[in-house]
Amino acid sequence: MFRKKKNKFFEILIEWMLRLSGSATTIIILLISIFLFTEGWGLFKSSTVEKGYVLCINKENKIKNLTPEQIKEIFDGNITSWKEVGGDDIPIEPMRMDEVIGMFSEEEIGSDFEHLPERLSDVTAEHKGILGFFPEQFIDIKFKGKVLPAETISPKDYFGGKEWFPTATPAAQFGILPLLLGTLWVSLGAILLALPFGLAVAIYLAELANPTVRKILKPVIELLAGIPSVVYGFFGLIVIVPMIRNVFNLPVGETALAGSIVLAIMALPTIITVAEDSMRNTPLAMKESSLALGATHWQTIYHVIIPYASSGIMAAVVLGIGRAIGETMAVLMVTGNAAVIPHTFTEPVRTIPATIAAELGEASVGSVQYQALFMLGAILFILTLIISIWAEVIRKEPHAE
Amino acid sequence: MKLEAKNVNFFYGDFHALKDINMKIESNTVTAFIGPSGCGKSTFLRLFNRMNDLIADTHLDGECMLGDTNIYDKSISVDELRKTVGMVFQKPNPFPKSIFENVAYGLRINGERSKSVIEDTVETSLRQAALWEEVKDKLKKSAYALSGGQQQRLCIARALAVNPSVILMDEPASALDPISTSKIEELIFELKNHYTVVIVTHNMQQAARVSDKTGFFMLGELIEYDDTKKIFLNPEKEQTQNYITGRFG
Repeated sequence: MFRKKKNKFFEILIEWMLRLSGSATTIIILLISIFLFTEGWGLFKSSTVEKGYVLCINKENKIKNLTPEQIKEIFDGNITSWKEVGGDDIPIEPMRMDEVIGMFSEEEIGSDFEHLPERLSDVTAEHKGILGFFPEQFIDIKFKGKVLPAETISPKDYFGGKEWFPTATPAAQFGILPLLLGTLWVSLGAILLALPFGLAVAIYLAELANPTVRKILKPVIELLAGIPSVVYGFFGLIVIVPMIRNVFNLPVGETALAGSIVLAIMALPTIITVAEDSMRNTPLAMKESSLALGATHWQTIYHVIIPYASSGIMAAVVLGIGRAIGETMAVLMVTGNAAVIPHTFTEPVRTIPATIAAELGEASVGSVQYQALFMLGAILFILTLIISIWAEVIRKEPHAE
Repeated sequence: MKLEAKNVNFFYGDFHALKDINMKIESNTVTAFIGPSGCGKSTFLRLFNRMNDLIADTHLDGECMLGDTNIYDKSISVDELRKTVGMVFQKPNPFPKSIFENVAYGLRINGERSKSVIEDTVETSLRQAALWEEVKDKLKKSAYALSGGQQQRLCIARALAVNPSVILMDEPASALDPISTSKIEELIFELKNHYTVVIVTHNMQQAARVSDKTGFFMLGELIEYDDTKKIFLNPEKEQTQNYITGRFG
């Protein structure tokens, strides 16, 4: 009677296979995120100065170290006195190896650069205000200057830095603030544009459209979510960018606003679908009781349906933001890709995903830039993770106040 | 003469749901509609506040009168009609708002702004619905914190707050326990003094207890409509006799 049957074996087998594929998928996703972090983490162990080079100063200079930003400003000629970085009031003489070589004849340096270490040493000793950027291999033990200790890139430089200039020498700039703000700026603009339209369409579909219109419109809108982003980007580049240039009378139309508009169009299907679903989930009894009290259709929408669907609407907004933050291609095509901190919507900006897409191809594997890009990926991952969790929490909120 | 149906025929698409019904309901009485499921009693009830308008592809022939007005006349504002003819549904369906806001809802959508008027009306309505003593200290709490029976009385208070003259009740106690049910029944008895009450019920004892007149429906027809006592003690039609004695239905 209660004997086990033979075909139970297959049930167990299938059960195990399902269990295995489930855990394998989970592990792979977990490994990808771990990979992202381990690749990126090396950044904070890398030197601020380009690999193989050192920064040298005169022996009498009291400066202990320079931040990557200060180094760049000095070599760009924006900081001209040691006083500005905490030293004596002497003008700074930034010097690269080429300039030192130019001061001497070929004989003085030697055909195989055999006298170059000596010359570098002399020059450093003679010039009180020097900041030399020399290859490490030409600095020998008899060097008469001071070599600035190698600093590693600090999280503060990375997260608080205002400049993203990964190929600058002697010190590359990895401040992600412009990228982070660019991303948030464009996403915020997108959501501000998409929300009123999305909500309006959702209300129309859920409450006002007649069934035939709804049956046609809903699948069409859901279909829009499936269009490749590069197509949206193309549309943005051809239509929206010139429009913005003309309307605002700008030299270039590739701006944060263009990105926001394209992203808003892309986020609309998500917002409409999720918001409309939650509005249609309002129990009929709730609508009927409002109407039975003499409320008009609009009063019922405003006072009952929207409050009831509010958590769904919030989830729609958050999902829309999530879509906007992670979007790469369309934004890359229309925002102008200038890594500067944005002040208005009519300036070019650059987002985190666009930066990764644009730069990863030319960064050599294992280089500082490569690591900085991976770190960006990790940050993006955390951002979207937070947003997904947030959306999930909102969606599950009970409806009562 | 408060409510009157004249030669009412009602259709869901092709389905003939109500067949040539004539009925007069006096004011300040309780009238019960009884009958087996699907007999059209709820449909008939919902004609009087035009809730059937919400259902697509329905059609009415005949006249429904409230006083001297045909409520299906083109010049009638449905929203205004529903303020005069309130409704309580089968399942308690409070809004996801506080107890206070649930009752105040009808006033707010009518544009009432005076805080004192709203507060007074909420209290009066809750007292009329015999709920005030139980909720007066937690008006700010969610209506969902109340029990099913309390929620249903809240829904009655909500309907009363817009000051209707007729209250339609669609099986108001069918989802409630016996104690809550008896409270609702007492309440209906009280309401009779100020309102005209029409109640649909499956529970024949309930109809016998609370109503002055009873209409028995079957397959879309009004079989018999008379004083409740007569219907339950001495019905004229055999079908009524069979139904109330439980021989079918």
